[in-house]
Amino acid sequence: MPHDGPDHDHDHRDHTEPPSDVALRVKSLESLLIEKGLVDPATLDALVDRYEHHVGPQNGKKVVARAWTDPDYRQWLQDDANAAIGDFGFKGRQGEHMVCVENGPKAHNLVVCTLCSCYPWTVLGLPPVWYKSAPYRSRAVADPRGVLAEFGTVLDPDVEIRVWDSTSEMRYLVIPERPAGTEGWTAEQLERLVTRNSMIGVEKAKAPADLAKDAAE
Amino acid sequence: MTTVSEPAFCEPVFEEPWQAQAFALANALIDKGFFSAEEWAQALGAEIRRAQAAGDPDTGETYYNHWLAALERLCADKGLALGAEVARRAEEWRDAYLATPHGKPVSLRNR
Repeated sequence: MPHDGPDHDHDHRDHTEPPSDVALRVKSLESLLIEKGLVDPATLDALVDRYEHHVGPQNGKKVVARAWTDPDYRQWLQDDANAAIGDFGFKGRQGEHMVCVENGPKAHNLVVCTLCSCYPWTVLGLPPVWYKSAPYRSRAVADPRGVLAEFGTVLDPDVEIRVWDSTSEMRYLVIPERPAGTEGWTAEQLERLVTRNSMIGVEKAKAPADLAKDAAE
Repeated sequence: MTTVSEPAFCEPVFEEPWQAQAFALANALIDKGFFSAEEWAQALGAEIRRAQAAGDPDTGETYYNHWLAALERLCADKGLALGAEVARRAEEWRDAYLATPHGKPVSLRNR
């Protein structure tokens, strides 16, 4: 098409609008690495599919609910978290060591990655935006009680807060306290009380009354 | 000081497809042993600090921009894909898009 008319910029039939610069950078890197045989397109697709559809907090909820109902499993999580979590078929990446930290009446655990965004992907999926933000990364260590309060989590002054700084090798999963009033509940019922945030340690698990509120909304 | 607050809505895993692509590339390269998870964490951490020093608010929204910058830097350092190569390839893709009629598949052959 001759580029002589004033409207040629507005005619989209003769070309395709290129993606944004950042998308073009990724596409270029990807096509080069594939061309050189360094990565395999099928592997890339499988990785995205896994993190978009197959890993997420639903995995962690199963681990926590079983820990709440099965003392042997709870002990196994303490002794060898990788193996205990792997019992569900949730396999971490090579070299990643999982550690489960339990909340109790006198101790509350909080997980952060001060360096970047290391996170227990196997059981929680990818981290939420706030976990990757500078305020959370710095303040979780400097002022954990203040951060918890912003999430609506107010702890008694005598409860010790333990902050765990994740690394590429060590990933932490918080086992929240089992809520009161759940005696006799099955693991499946209990899973509904476990939230992503409670497994990062910024909140407690839901109370049975919260489920009724959720249902009313 | 900025507070840490969680949006009420449920966040998508990736906001845009390029983020998923960049995520997968880094992990595929780690899995193949081109760099270690530790090297990756250090590179990403360094990129986040660099961006912060340059005025990035670092609220987590720009996280995948840092991710991509770390990936490009590490690929260049390891000789997997050099910066000039990637820049040239980006221009080739741009030309290919502009030369492909709308609705047709875009290929580098179309330049």
